[in-house]
Amino acid sequence: MNGAGKPRPESGLELYAWIFMRVSGLALLFLALGHLLIMHLIHNVDNIDFQFVAARYATPFWRTYDLLMLWFAMIHGVNGLRIVLVDYINARGWRVLSLASLFVVGFVLLTLGSLAILTFQAPAMR
Amino acid sequence: MQVTLKIKRFNPDKDKEPWWGEYRIDAEPTDRLLDALNHVKWYLDGTLTYRRSCAHGVCGSDAMQINGRNQLACKVLLNSLGNNITIEPMRGYRVIKDLLVDMDAFLAKYRSVKPYLITHGPEPEKERLQSPEDREKFDDTTKCILCGACTSGCPSFWADGEYIGPAAIVNAHRFLFDSRDEGGEERMEILNTLEGVWRCRTIFNCVEACPRDINVTRAIGEVKKALLYRKV
Repeated sequence: MNGAGKPRPESGLELYAWIFMRVSGLALLFLALGHLLIMHLIHNVDNIDFQFVAARYATPFWRTYDLLMLWFAMIHGVNGLRIVLVDYINARGWRVLSLASLFVVGFVLLTLGSLAILTFQAPAMR
Repeated sequence: MQVTLKIKRFNPDKDKEPWWGEYRIDAEPTDRLLDALNHVKWYLDGTLTYRRSCAHGVCGSDAMQINGRNQLACKVLLNSLGNNITIEPMRGYRVIKDLLVDMDAFLAKYRSVKPYLITHGPEPEKERLQSPEDREKFDDTTKCILCGACTSGCPSFWADGEYIGPAAIVNAHRFLFDSRDEGGEERMEILNTLEGVWRCRTIFNCVEACPRDINVTRAIGEVKKALLYRKV
């Protein structure tokens, strides 16, 4: 941005990314701590099995909880990595390549996770 | 007191690489570092090059890296620096010679935020009045002397020279929060970009570097907030 600088089309994306990081960070504080409390402290991981998950996912509440946590955590993490890449990779080719890889991996993980949460069917429900 | 100044020297006409010059001088503990530099230049090596003007911490000419921190040479006393003092040019700017750096890009960014009063409509007959409370809102950012210490100390700026930098944002803040100014929209457009305030990662180096004790990161945060409440 030298002097008058080149016109930069901006749609306020950076602003929304910034506020999203704050909102999702705050939400994750409760979501992730709740998850830790339930899955690791109240219930021992050794006792968590298919039946446990099936019972949990019988109600929409835990599916929503997990889905929210998944989306907030994935997008929060991907955006954090995007910021690191944009900060330190200045060569255009490498930047496009690294960002594209990041977004593809993030999208695939988000899709797989969402599919698992949304389409899981306990045997009793069939 | 005996002090040894280790100064990073570079003359692009003669040197391929910067080199360290060492100068041992006698000085009073209450001398400023600028006095020591003047002593070197006047009595030991006249080729030493640095910028200085008012020599009283107001013009912002002699910002440099002193013992690894950006400071004004005219504001720091030798007794606070120890007997071995390392002096380098500020980081992130092109070195013209020795401690003299090219501030053109820095000042161009400063100008890009339109650091002057913008008003629409007819001029009032008397002066534009402002309440003490409204004046208080931007009091801190009026103190900037454009020495460049904050921007040069910013890791985001080191990583990306296109970043507009803390100094320009501080000067935008000075007018954004001025109740008499009407250029807010124009300035916000400039700041609401990846190379504007969103490049700031709240590292706080600027706050530590500022010789005028401006709370730079706070000012940048206030600009971010202003952008948020205008849009959301």
